[in-house]
Amino acid sequence: MNYHSPASFAEASALAANATGITRFLAGGTDVLVQLRSELVTPETLIDIKKIDGVSDITQNADGSWTLGVAATGAEMSEHPTLGRDWPGVVEAMDLIGSTQIQGRATLTGNLCNGSPAADSVPAMVAAGVTVTVTGPGGDREVAVEDIPTGPGKTSLTKGELISAVHIPARGDNAGDAYLRFIPRTEMDIAVVGAGVSLRLDGDTVTEARVSLGAVAPTVLLVEDCAEAIIGSTLDDTALEALAAAASAACKPIDDKRGTIAFRTEVAGVLAKRAAKIAYARAKGEDL
Amino acid sequence: MALDDRKSDFTFVGTRPNRPDGLDKVTGRAKFGADISAPGMLHGAILRSPHAHARIVKIDTSKAEAHKDVKAVVTRADFSDKVEFKPGLSGEFWNVLENVMASDKALYDGHAVAAVAATSALAARDALKLIEVEYEVLPHVTDVDKAMAPDAPIIREGAADYSVPEGMHPNVVRYHESGHGDVDAGFAEADLVIEDSFATEATHQGYIEPHACMGSLGSDGKGELWCTTQGHWIAQKTCAALLGIETSQLRVTASEIGGGFGGKTTVFIEPVALALSRKANRPVKIVMSRSEVFRATGPTASASMDIKIGMKKDGTITAAQGIFRLQGGAFPGAPGDMTAMCAFAPYNLTNVRQVGYDVMSNRPKQAAYRAPGAPMGAFAVESVLDELCNQLGLDPVDVRLKNAAHEGTKASYGPTYERIGLVETLEAAKAHPHYSAPLKPGQGRGISCGFWFNHGGETSVSLALSEDGSAQVMVGTPDIGGSRASMALMAAEVLGIPYENIRVTVADTATLGYNDVSHGSRVTYASGLATIKAARHAVEQLCARAAASWGIPADAVKWENGCAVPSGPNAGDFDPRPLADITAHMGATGGPISGHFEATPEGAGVSFGTHIVDAEVDPETGKTSITRYTVIQDAGKAIHPTYVEGQYQGGAAQGIGWALNEEYIYGDDGRLQNSIFLDYRIPVASDLPMIDTVIVEVPNPGHPFGVRGVGETGIVPPLAAIANAVSNAAGVRMKQLPMSPPRILAALKDNG
Amino acid sequence: MSKLHVSTTVNGDTVEYLCDPRETLLDCLRDKLNLTGAKEGCGTGDCGACSVTVDGRLVCSCLMLGVEAEGKQIETVEGIADGDILHPLQKKMIEYAALQCGICTPGVLVAAKSLLEKNPNPTEEETRYWLAGNLCRCTGYDKIIRAVMDTAAEMREAS
Repeated sequence: MNYHSPASFAEASALAANATGITRFLAGGTDVLVQLRSELVTPETLIDIKKIDGVSDITQNADGSWTLGVAATGAEMSEHPTLGRDWPGVVEAMDLIGSTQIQGRATLTGNLCNGSPAADSVPAMVAAGVTVTVTGPGGDREVAVEDIPTGPGKTSLTKGELISAVHIPARGDNAGDAYLRFIPRTEMDIAVVGAGVSLRLDGDTVTEARVSLGAVAPTVLLVEDCAEAIIGSTLDDTALEALAAAASAACKPIDDKRGTIAFRTEVAGVLAKRAAKIAYARAKGEDL
Repeated sequence: MALDDRKSDFTFVGTRPNRPDGLDKVTGRAKFGADISAPGMLHGAILRSPHAHARIVKIDTSKAEAHKDVKAVVTRADFSDKVEFKPGLSGEFWNVLENVMASDKALYDGHAVAAVAATSALAARDALKLIEVEYEVLPHVTDVDKAMAPDAPIIREGAADYSVPEGMHPNVVRYHESGHGDVDAGFAEADLVIEDSFATEATHQGYIEPHACMGSLGSDGKGELWCTTQGHWIAQKTCAALLGIETSQLRVTASEIGGGFGGKTTVFIEPVALALSRKANRPVKIVMSRSEVFRATGPTASASMDIKIGMKKDGTITAAQGIFRLQGGAFPGAPGDMTAMCAFAPYNLTNVRQVGYDVMSNRPKQAAYRAPGAPMGAFAVESVLDELCNQLGLDPVDVRLKNAAHEGTKASYGPTYERIGLVETLEAAKAHPHYSAPLKPGQGRGISCGFWFNHGGETSVSLALSEDGSAQVMVGTPDIGGSRASMALMAAEVLGIPYENIRVTVADTATLGYNDVSHGSRVTYASGLATIKAARHAVEQLCARAAASWGIPADAVKWENGCAVPSGPNAGDFDPRPLADITAHMGATGGPISGHFEATPEGAGVSFGTHIVDAEVDPETGKTSITRYTVIQDAGKAIHPTYVEGQYQGGAAQGIGWALNEEYIYGDDGRLQNSIFLDYRIPVASDLPMIDTVIVEVPNPGHPFGVRGVGETGIVPPLAAIANAVSNAAGVRMKQLPMSPPRILAALKDNG
Repeated sequence: MSKLHVSTTVNGDTVEYLCDPRETLLDCLRDKLNLTGAKEGCGTGDCGACSVTVDGRLVCSCLMLGVEAEGKQIETVEGIADGDILHPLQKKMIEYAALQCGICTPGVLVAAKSLLEKNPNPTEEETRYWLAGNLCRCTGYDKIIRAVMDTAAEMREAS
């Protein structure tokens, strides 16, 4: 295995573009090192992007939107004084991943590029409308988070491409987000089901909503039917039941060691409801 | 320590001093299995079968052998049944050898087939990829009921012993039946009979330290082995047999041990390291990965059980019957007999019958796990008792008290109990504030009793006094939970010198006589008894020296508060001689003073506990939280109460894991799917409440200070107590472990 | 490929080693620097026995490459005591019998010290969640949590 620590994304991209064999980028390493240790994936080229300037920065832009460096850790996100006020769901989703120790290393970008349908931060990012900058041999492009994973362990990034920045939209007024996941223990598990909700209110009425589900399909789902179930409502019981039904209907899960089809389908609806209630309360300023 | 921590009859026993190895363990300097290295050391790695059941057609090691970093490669051909030293192994030694390195067939996913020693750990792992193994994949079976079915693949013909009735599948290798009375007549007397079936999955001891060792063996048959083990004499004996060398030529040193719970009572990698060392003529270190630990060490057995119990309206049990089928991997050894014998042991029964099966399947060879076999049986039996109480409207503690075994009861498994403490634990449960505390909506309470035999075992202890009046104690039972502190307390009690003046060492196999493994809750009992007797042996000599100095007969001197004193006014009027005063002159008064003890203590004293658990179930997701937990157990006499509490709490925590989330998950391909801690879900700190403990002390007549072992009984009641709590919270009887959220949610749905 | 040279600081000491890029920081601490206090319980970041701090941040040393340590400040269990003076956490762990086998103890101590530096007054729940990545199979955590919280109380009083 060859280890590189380039000083720029262009250099990182060029290294990857010219590499032969398996190539991996190293940010927090909490997935790459597990795969390396278990000999699931032994890259021939490992490109550590943490020596690139600014990769750990968390910046709020003039328009209220946020730009996160690709090596900003979960701990740095949680400790940021204002990011969590704008996007508590995104920050909490990241914070749910692994232990305190994992939080010291793990990143949004790594969680996204690992390609797991059960990645906790991804449904929250999808609900929040997060985009990423992809740097490649041909330059930069902006891509919605939901368009990065293409299947378990697979992404739409092509040879020589890597994510170079994460963009979270401006939160704006009367809005809130939330992410919940189901795990059998209280910590240290992979999500059996995850649900992210971001919404905006006009008075008591939901005017905008994005609802996403994790671990119930080969990729994280952005479920339009769930959004439609609550847009125009005051998140009353009828709307919540419709939301749960739409969430369960959208599931295309598998039976595996972590859960069953029936369980995931049922609990997706439960979590969508619970997350929507939290997001709604936050939008009303009740949980800040 | 406060004076009220002390018991009136004892000066040191019952206090709570700091453990002697504490400093080493909080500074990182304690040496565990993997913390060893030696000049010239090589690193070993083991190639393992990816198949659950396969014939090994051919192993080509030539490419690995040719690699510059590789110094030795071994296969089964390098062990004792295939080499000239000492051909032919039988019985359990053969089973262990077959498990350590496969011969004709790989019997489970993870079964070792070859090993290499190379100049670095990475080089060794890389070299495994150069070994080519040709397999012929065979049909496999991993489920206990399927392994007994007529069409099940046969793991090994002829593995069954004499106990198995004719007509059983060859995978059934041992059969146990016991009991007394007439169960059919008993069931006929009952007002309510409940018959139900239960299942538990295999779990792993889950010690945080993977197996690790360093072996050094020469062609002269002399060797050294360092390993993390619960018993280095069994490692010595087994490795010597497997390598074809003489037992005494192999010196084994036990490292500090990072948890065992029964799983480190046998060998896995140790004979491999020695075989590699013999070939390379250099020390070889092997450290297992976590995945190897799960795939290829000894988890507990899985179980399938049928229970039938009859009860009168007043709570009297009229008859009880249990059939227990245990799967223990590809070798004989599943504790179906233990499960059967323990299942009804807490109760005074007129009519009882129990049957146990030991069944082989394509899984790793099971090893002991804390009261091996008992927790599963208790889960099934105590669940049925709880259901009987619910249906008859009876209090579960009252019913257990009504039927509780006591001194003189003929046990379900045969013998008559001496003084036992079950009733006292139940009375303590009934009086405990936990038992009467109100429950919130969604919560349920469960209780259960549990039993374990406890064990004595072969034991040697040697104690030597130093000139300055301090003492060193050599024991042979690895310290798995603070036992050096307990030994020092017991020696201090006899010698009458301060705890701090005694150093307890876990001796290697070359410096002490044979010791059985640290298992069976035997250490504080048996090594403790041996320490007390070794100390008394030294005291006899101290008294004799004092007597000689005073010119009076030895039997006219007694030992009191650390001093030799005349035994009475008639013996003469002499000033007491403290221990240090006698030892200061021992060189000139007859030489060194030591005490020793070697025997197999037989009076371990059975042990009982009662647990109270509150659980809360989320009806929408099936997720369970344990909100309150109380352990009540008879310790006989708690030598170091804090470490007794620790055993109770640890047993409860492991039981919570077993009950709720831990399980071996095999795919249709027979491969283990959850061989890392991410998916083998042991409880984490945020999963658990504080665990309350009550130490009941009903002295064991078989120990000088009344000690009963406490290590194992604590894991017997939790599965049932938690299942009862969850079932009462959810309103539906849970009959299969683990009670994972998908299972609970499905049960809730089925229940409407 | 050839080995890489790494220069770093461990417990205040400047150290150097050569490592294969596949070797973890834990491998390097244990096998090259002979600092065997950090343990490998899982190799996957699930057990926390290998906990160390890197530039003050709590991490699993099994999930960091040895080469990534270049120029960092690393603290391990061996650096917790100040000469012959134990850290209050070390004393309390012994006093409370918060260890049985002791294999998880180095990681628990490093993690708990990191907690108290960040939060001198943690609740029981905060302590339990902070330590959720430090598996202990012996104690049921009860005495560990009590030891950490009592240390916190004592350190608050002392400061």
